[in-house]
Amino acid sequence: MTDLTAMPAVVDSQSRSLFKRGERTRRRHAAEKRFRMIGLAAVIFGILALFGLLGSILNNGASSFRQTYITLDIHLDPAKLDKTGDRDPEALRKLTTFSYQPLIKMALDALVEGKGVSVEGLTSKDLEGMISKEAPAELRRFVLAHPSRIGETVTFAFLADGRIDGYYKGRVTMATAELDRNVTPEQLRLADKLKDAGVLATRFNWSFLTAPDASDTRPEAAGLGVAILGSAYMMLIVLVLSLPIGVAASIYLEEFAPRNRLTDVIEVNIANLAAVPSIVFGILGLAVFINYAGLPQSAPIVGGLVLTLMTLPTIIIATRAALKAVPPSIREAALGVGASKMQAIFHHVLPLAAPGILTGTIIGLAQALGETAPLLLIGMVAFVREFPAAPPGGFFDPASALPVQVYNWTQRGDPAFIERASGAIIVLLVFLIIMNLGAIFLRRRFERRW
Amino acid sequence: MNKFLLTASAAAIALAGSVGLAEARDQIQIAGSSTVLPYASIVAEAFGENTEFPTPVVESGGSGAGRKKLCEGVGENTIDIANSSSRIKQSDIDLCAQNGVKEIQEVRIGYDGIVFASDINGPEYAFTPADWHNALAAKVVKDGQLVANPYKKWNEIRADLPDQEILAFIPGTKHGTREVFDEKVIVDGCEENGTLEALKAANAGDEKAAEKECMALRTDGVSIDIDGDYTETLARVDANKNGIGVFGLSFYQNNTDKLRVGTMGGIVPSVETIASGEYPVSRPLYFYVKNAHLDVIPGLQEYIEFFVSDEIAGPDGPLAAYGLVSDPELAKTQEKVKNRVPMGALN
Repeated sequence: MTDLTAMPAVVDSQSRSLFKRGERTRRRHAAEKRFRMIGLAAVIFGILALFGLLGSILNNGASSFRQTYITLDIHLDPAKLDKTGDRDPEALRKLTTFSYQPLIKMALDALVEGKGVSVEGLTSKDLEGMISKEAPAELRRFVLAHPSRIGETVTFAFLADGRIDGYYKGRVTMATAELDRNVTPEQLRLADKLKDAGVLATRFNWSFLTAPDASDTRPEAAGLGVAILGSAYMMLIVLVLSLPIGVAASIYLEEFAPRNRLTDVIEVNIANLAAVPSIVFGILGLAVFINYAGLPQSAPIVGGLVLTLMTLPTIIIATRAALKAVPPSIREAALGVGASKMQAIFHHVLPLAAPGILTGTIIGLAQALGETAPLLLIGMVAFVREFPAAPPGGFFDPASALPVQVYNWTQRGDPAFIERASGAIIVLLVFLIIMNLGAIFLRRRFERRW
Repeated sequence: MNKFLLTASAAAIALAGSVGLAEARDQIQIAGSSTVLPYASIVAEAFGENTEFPTPVVESGGSGAGRKKLCEGVGENTIDIANSSSRIKQSDIDLCAQNGVKEIQEVRIGYDGIVFASDINGPEYAFTPADWHNALAAKVVKDGQLVANPYKKWNEIRADLPDQEILAFIPGTKHGTREVFDEKVIVDGCEENGTLEALKAANAGDEKAAEKECMALRTDGVSIDIDGDYTETLARVDANKNGIGVFGLSFYQNNTDKLRVGTMGGIVPSVETIASGEYPVSRPLYFYVKNAHLDVIPGLQEYIEFFVSDEIAGPDGPLAAYGLVSDPELAKTQEKVKNRVPMGALN
């Protein structure tokens, strides 16, 4: 302690009072204060930017998890659906969705009459426009699945048209409806009356997470099902390929490889590879996996392979750091009691390094999950409505991916897709947060310090 | 750990092994123009709903890129159909032939209008192509002299245009829309306002060179190329209320509460005026089919016939409702598609 207090006197040749700050001390303190302020400002700026971003995404996207439905009693008229009366599935399948539209129209007419909610100036086209264009398809699927129920009256909860839905989310107002050629104020007035009658309701929308993408004419039906499944398949492929390859490569490099020029070159290249822009991997994937190996386009297998290449360096670097962190005394003790080098590594070093390896893997996967650019080139930025089959066959079926779906939806003309794109970002962020929390949990729970 | 690693590596090797044997494809693959994409996805969705076949996969990426992909060769890992907002080029056909893609079917699905729209709260515009050339060209004729474009405001060009600064968001050169804009607005306007004559005189009568110079746009920040899609143009118009954006008709029809459309030569753009040919700025949309795939990929022939059927592409179909101007010669196209007539040489 006495040494410390004596120090300034030695440094500063002019001896001064300890209680009065000298000019130089004052300046040093001021510099420190400035630096602290700048640091704090940087942190505050970062936090504000983050909150701004999250706020705008939540503000735009939270509503995509709720959707407006209209309950309709549909009379499955045999005269319209099955003229022969023999419920022949072949004949039923020939009937297109266009033939189901009149059933919905009749049900709507009956609803308006039954509830006494007619609105002046509402044309019959407006009335039909209240219901999503998805409804006839839904009806057709139901009839094909249950042909025996033709002739009955069945209650359906159909999606309301995107603009009607937008009215309850604040996107559409009476004023904009006046100008909008896709919706009329009469439709909105009828929607209000239907809501009072309890036929129209906005509720949680599971189909946003389970339904496939939909075309531009029915934003209300678009969902993330195929994208989530496609992303999951790709992550599975990335995990199964990059973890063993990455771990094997790093164990060899860290524990067995001799130190020479060749391993130095490899090391530098791995570090470089981690910094290569991801689009380059996409070009590589197109050239090697699709054009040369003949793998199908838009398939999760190709996306998974490309992302594996991208994730490998991250995993190798993390694994090597984790292996390095295991103290040499552990290896030496194992070797000392007669274990072979391989036994020492697999029985002692690797288990101790496992938390670090898994953390690195999860972070690599999270990075791969949010990647769009390489997928652009291998045909995954596409309109895909069919769910891929169960793996492993499904790896070769076309699929979409979460970040790609965001990109796709921001390009569509109907403003309702902006809400859905933000909703997809929220889903993506939730997945990323879960993965990163998993990494933190592993680190906290199992990591050992020496 | 040991066991886990072993199983994982075994799985990895098994997966890598299965890479070689790709499965037979049972869904149609389409790529190309982002202008055609919404129409193609509407049809793909309806096709998947109404038939036994799976919903086709529709990729965007641009007309040129789509045609190139089509011409990569024949086989299951190449696409079946290329959507295109401009007609196929001889270079594409040559590339196709070189790669063994001999027969291509050209299917015209309808027409797309290109509209000029500004912020809904701004003034109304009544344009002519000549106005646009005067506003955006690098060189214009003023008082009989060929000068560098001096105009800053619309009413300097023509007194009855609004007193508003000139600012235009036009599609970037990679867009098919830009070609139509150059051809039907800028060059036509160039001729209309007499600049073409002046440029021809300056180029010693060389009409081609004069036309090329017509299309040179000013670079002082008044005309801004948008390389993204219409949503970006809309965002730019929203941020800068003086701006006038170039949009596709269907995009405008989805955003009529935010945009005010300008007339061209006194004609309001709509499905009807474009169909009748009154509104001048429109272009045909196409898709190109690889005939060699017709009996290989299940549902391909059915999809094409479904696309051009009256129920879908007709004037009362869902495509027209979304903004496609239905082709008056649709019946001819249906006939051609049924007989799988490959396209002949370009004329």
